[in-house]
Amino acid sequence: MADLSSQDLTARYYELEPHHHPEGASTGLGFWVYLMSDCLMFAVLFAAYAVLGNAYAAGPGPKDLFDLNLVAINTGLLLVSSITFGFGMLGAYRGDQGATLRWLGVTLVFGLSFLGVEIYEFAHLIHEGAGPWRSAFLSSFFALVGTHGLHVAFGCLWLVVLAVQIKARGLVPANLRRLACLSMFWHFLDVVWIGVFTFVYLIKMI
Amino acid sequence: MSTHLEHHHDHSADHQDHGSVRSYVTGFVLSVILTAIPFGIVMTGGLGSPVVTALVVLGFAIVQILVHMVYFLHMTARSEAGWTLLSTLFTLIVVVIMLSGSIWVMYHMNANMMPQMQME
Repeated sequence: MADLSSQDLTARYYELEPHHHPEGASTGLGFWVYLMSDCLMFAVLFAAYAVLGNAYAAGPGPKDLFDLNLVAINTGLLLVSSITFGFGMLGAYRGDQGATLRWLGVTLVFGLSFLGVEIYEFAHLIHEGAGPWRSAFLSSFFALVGTHGLHVAFGCLWLVVLAVQIKARGLVPANLRRLACLSMFWHFLDVVWIGVFTFVYLIKMI
Repeated sequence: MSTHLEHHHDHSADHQDHGSVRSYVTGFVLSVILTAIPFGIVMTGGLGSPVVTALVVLGFAIVQILVHMVYFLHMTARSEAGWTLLSTLFTLIVVVIMLSGSIWVMYHMNANMMPQMQME
């Protein structure tokens, strides 16, 4: 007590009670920021396709390979899955567990159909000798469209896991939060697909 | 009574806009139209000039992305106190710089490399 320096005389305040945030209050924004970082990753793949898209290495080009009917079917499947997921979300906010699970099931069917068509397309290309190793154009094509497909595949897996959780625990706040995140993820993938069918397919087929 | 109502309003403002059947159907119908037109244009042989066709197709894509943002992702300037919009705008700026920069630089690289490669 003898030598009090000026520093000791300065009043100090500690916040002993941590600032209270309701559980999960920042989950929505945090997940959105993740989606934005995912968006940057897709942007890099789009840039690679834009730069390498004309490097055919004397191999087949877009007009020899792409089938727009197939792309149109896939676009439709993903778009319908977006609205069915929306109806599932509306059911969840009403507290209607049965409707939520039914709509999630319908969404899963469309998501898996999308993947089925894409796998068929990839298998067909590889069968024709137009695999990712054929040219820089095809490498960047498979990287971009494949990454999107992989996202859809993991979205389907997430959907199944979440449906099991909803069945076990009901539409508790934690499950509603997860559902809202998956909803953002699913709609985000549909937005990326708009870029894919425009840049990768339509513009190259003009 | 008024304080009670205000409190209730504050509480519900924490949640984001959930949308309705009407908003989802509106978004869906708009998306179908905005998808069908560019597919139709390209599948029937384009609009004469390839550049015009590409720009029109690109325009439809941009409008459709906005439609998805509003009707499916329920983005407003107010969601999460504006942070959603701010982070999206930041991402958009980075994406535009990165895409246009890559295309610009690599186009000129290609243009300058071509004659050399032909001489070999």
